[in-house]
Amino acid sequence: MGLVLLIIIWLITLVSTYFFVAKWWWLPVGASAAAAGIDHHFTVSFILMGPVFVAAQLALGWFAWKYREGGTSSKGAEYSHGNATLEVLWTVLTVFLFVGMNLMSRSIWASERFDSAKPGAVQVEVTGMQFAWYFRYPGPDGKFGLTKPELEDASAGGEAALGLDAKDPASKDDVVSGVMVVPVNREVEVILRAHDVIHSFFVPQMRFKQDAVPGLAIHMHFTPIQTGEYEIACAELCGLGHYKMHGILKVVSQEEFDKWLAAREAEKQ
Amino acid sequence: MQAAHAHEAPQGFIRKWIFSLDHKVIGLQYYFLALAAVFVGMFLSLLMRIHLIWPTATLPFFGEIKPETYLSLLTMHGTIMVFFVLTTAPQGGFGNYFLPIQIGAPDMAFPVLNMLSFWTTFLGFIVLLAAFFVTGGAPLHGWTGYAPLSALQSAGPGEGLGADLWITSIAIFCIGALMGALNFITTTLDMRAKGMTMMRMPLTVWAWFITAILGLLAFGVLLSAGILLLMDRNLGTSFFVPLVTVNGQLTGHKGGSPLLWQHLFWFFGHPEVYIAILPAMGLCSQLLSVFSRKPIFGYKAMVYAMLSIGFLGFMVWGHHMFMSGMSPYTAFAFSIMTMGIGVPSAIKTFNWLGTLWRGRIRFHSPMLFAIGFVSLFVTGGISGPFLAQPVLDIYLHETYFVIAHFHLIMGVASIFGIFAATYYWFPKMFGKMMNEPLAKLHFWLTFIGAYAIFMPMHYYGMAAGLRRYSQSTEVAYILKLLPLQRFISIAAFITIASQFIFLFNLFWSMWKGKKASDNPWEATTLEWTTATPPPHDNFSGKTPVVHNGPYEYSVPGAPRDFVMQSDPEIEPAH
Repeated sequence: MGLVLLIIIWLITLVSTYFFVAKWWWLPVGASAAAAGIDHHFTVSFILMGPVFVAAQLALGWFAWKYREGGTSSKGAEYSHGNATLEVLWTVLTVFLFVGMNLMSRSIWASERFDSAKPGAVQVEVTGMQFAWYFRYPGPDGKFGLTKPELEDASAGGEAALGLDAKDPASKDDVVSGVMVVPVNREVEVILRAHDVIHSFFVPQMRFKQDAVPGLAIHMHFTPIQTGEYEIACAELCGLGHYKMHGILKVVSQEEFDKWLAAREAEKQ
Repeated sequence: MQAAHAHEAPQGFIRKWIFSLDHKVIGLQYYFLALAAVFVGMFLSLLMRIHLIWPTATLPFFGEIKPETYLSLLTMHGTIMVFFVLTTAPQGGFGNYFLPIQIGAPDMAFPVLNMLSFWTTFLGFIVLLAAFFVTGGAPLHGWTGYAPLSALQSAGPGEGLGADLWITSIAIFCIGALMGALNFITTTLDMRAKGMTMMRMPLTVWAWFITAILGLLAFGVLLSAGILLLMDRNLGTSFFVPLVTVNGQLTGHKGGSPLLWQHLFWFFGHPEVYIAILPAMGLCSQLLSVFSRKPIFGYKAMVYAMLSIGFLGFMVWGHHMFMSGMSPYTAFAFSIMTMGIGVPSAIKTFNWLGTLWRGRIRFHSPMLFAIGFVSLFVTGGISGPFLAQPVLDIYLHETYFVIAHFHLIMGVASIFGIFAATYYWFPKMFGKMMNEPLAKLHFWLTFIGAYAIFMPMHYYGMAAGLRRYSQSTEVAYILKLLPLQRFISIAAFITIASQFIFLFNLFWSMWKGKKASDNPWEATTLEWTTATPPPHDNFSGKTPVVHNGPYEYSVPGAPRDFVMQSDPEIEPAH
C-alpha cells in the first residue's frame, strides 16, 4: 500500500507540474506596459513555490513507502516528540520566503494602484450595466457632461443609456461608444462606474482588472503597448447575462484614434 | 461541576432519538444532516458540470438549464456545502460526539442548548431548500451574495422570495452556530476530567475549541449583516445599496455602500475557511500519530500554529477584495497578513511529515484519507501565496484558479477530514467495523478523482477562464478552453459516482459490519477506554483520570506500543 501511495502521489505531482512548466494553458501574451513586470512576478512566484510543492509531495510519498509497517527500514517507530531546532528553522525560512515574495511585488502594485494617471492620459469613462459596457470620451473640452439617473433609457442604448443631460454644455461634445478605442503607447485613464450591480472590467492581455461599483467612480490606468483587438469580459457575477457581458477593446495608432474620435464627433453634430 | 450536568438516560423513541439531550445522538443528527446536505450539494454540482459541457441538454424532471438556473445551482451548491456540510459535519457532528468523551466529560455543558442548536440548524436547511420551490426559484447572486445584486428584487430571477429565504436560512444557521460555539467553549474550559490539562488535550479537542471561538466571533457578524440585508430588501433601508437604476428604473435606494457588505461578509467569510479546515487539521494530526505509531511531531508547535491561524484568520479578510475598489494601501497590509498565515500552515505541514518520518505506518482507510488530506492541503495551500499577492490577483481574481484553490484547501481537504473521521470513529459510534476493501477503493477513486477535477482548473484560470460563467460561448479565449471543461466534467462524473461506494459501505456496515472491539486502532485517547458504543453518560459513572499526554506511542519499555491517557503515568521523556 505504501508503494502504491508513493507511485500515485509522485505521478500526480509530476503530471501536474508538467502542465505548468510546459505552459499548455497559460496567460495570453501581454500587451500593456505593466504586463512584463506582472509576468515576471508570476515566474518568480512559480520558481519559489513550485519546488516547495514538489518537495513536500515527493517527501510525503517517500515517507509513506519507506516507513510502512513491515518494510525494510521500519523496525520500530522512533519515540520522539519533535525537534525545537527544526521548528525554528522552518518557521524562519517560511517567513523569509513568504514575506520576501510579497515585498518583491510591492513596487509593481504601487505603480499600478497608488499613483494616479499622469496628465495627458486619454480619459475614458467605462460604465457597466446589466449586461453591456458603454465607453464615454469627454470630447475636445476635456470635460464629461452631466448624467442623471432619471434620464436613463437603457433600451435606447448609447447616450440615452447613460442618462446624458443634453442641457449641460459639457455634454455637447461627449462621445459614447459601444466599443472601447484607445491609442497605443499612451496611458489610458479609466473611470469605472456601474449603474445597477457590481461588474468587473477585465482584459487579460492588459493584465488589467477592476470592479465597477455602483455609487463609486474608480480611477485606474493602464498603457497598451501593442495594437490589436482584445476582448473585455465581465469578471464579477452580475446576473443572468454575466457570461455574455462582453466588449471589445481596440488599440490603434494615435492617428487612427484621432480620426475615429473626430468621425464620432462629426456624427454627433 | 460535572454532577450538575448529569441527566437520566431518556426512555422512549422521541426523547432518545429526536429531541435528544445526549451529545452523541446530537452529533449523529448533525452528521446525518450533513450527509443529506452533501449529497444535495453534490447533485447540484453534477447538474452544473453537465450544463457546462452540454449547455442545451434537456434533463429529465429538470428541463433545460437556463443561464439563471445555472447561477441558482452554483449559489445553492456553495451555500449548502459551506454551511451545512463543511461547518456542520466536522464541528457539529464529530465535535459534538467526541469532544466530551475525549476530555472525559459525561455530556456537553448545556445539553438543552445543544439540542436547540441542532434543531435551529435543521430549520435553516429546510428554509434554504424551500428557495428551490418558490416563484422565481433559488437566488442567483452566488454564495457570497454581493450587494446590490443580492439586495434588489429586480436584479434578476431568484432575487425575489428565493433570495429572502436564502438570507433567512443563513441567519437561522448563524443562531444555531452561535449556540453551538458557546457550548463547545464552555465544555472545553469547564468539563475536563481530572488530569486533562490543556496541554494534554488531543489536537482534535484543540481544533474544535479554536473553531468554536472563531465561530463565536464570526457568525455574529454574518448574522447582523444578514439582518441588514433583509432590511434593505424588504424595509426600504439602504445599508448596502447606493443610488442605483436597474434597466434604467430608479430603485428608491440611495447612500448605501456595496463594499460594506463585502467587508462584513468576508469578516465572517475568511474565518469560515478555518472553521471548515481546523477540525480536519486536528483530526489528521491525530490519525497520522495513531497510524504511524509515533508521538505527534511538535505537539506544542501544532497548538500554537492553530492558535495563530485562528488569530490571523480575522485580519486577512481584505484579500478577497483587492479588486473591489477599496483603498490599494489596505491591500498591501492585507497581503502581508495573508502571507503571514501561510507560516503556521507550513509549520503544520512540516510537522505532519515529521510525524510520518521514522514511523511504522499502518495503512488503514482512516490513515489513507489522512495522508490524502496532507497531499491535498499542500496542493491547495501552495496556490494561496499566488492569490495573496494583489499584483497577481489583478489577473487571477475571479478566474478558475481561485475555484481550484478554495475547493482543494477548504472543500476537498475538509471532506477528506470528514471521510477520515468517519472511517476512524465508525467502530466507536456503531460498534461495527466498516468494510475495508470498499473503503480503500473509495479512497483511491476519490483521491485521484479530486486531483483530476481540480488540478486542471488551475490551468483554466491561468488562461483567464472566468468563474460563474454559465456558458463559454460568448468569449473567444474562454471558448478555446472547452476541452479542459470536458475533462473536468468527466472526472467529476466518475468521482461523484464513486461516492455511492461510501454511502453503501456506511449503511451496509451498520447492519452487517464485523463487530468492533473497544479499541480497534490501538489508540490512546479516552474514547477508546469506554464501551462501544459508549453508554449514555459515556463512562458508566466512572469518570476517567488522565495521567498522560494524548500521543504516547512506541514508548520505550512500555508493555504495548501505546500508553492510554488514563494509564498510570509514564516516566517523563528525557
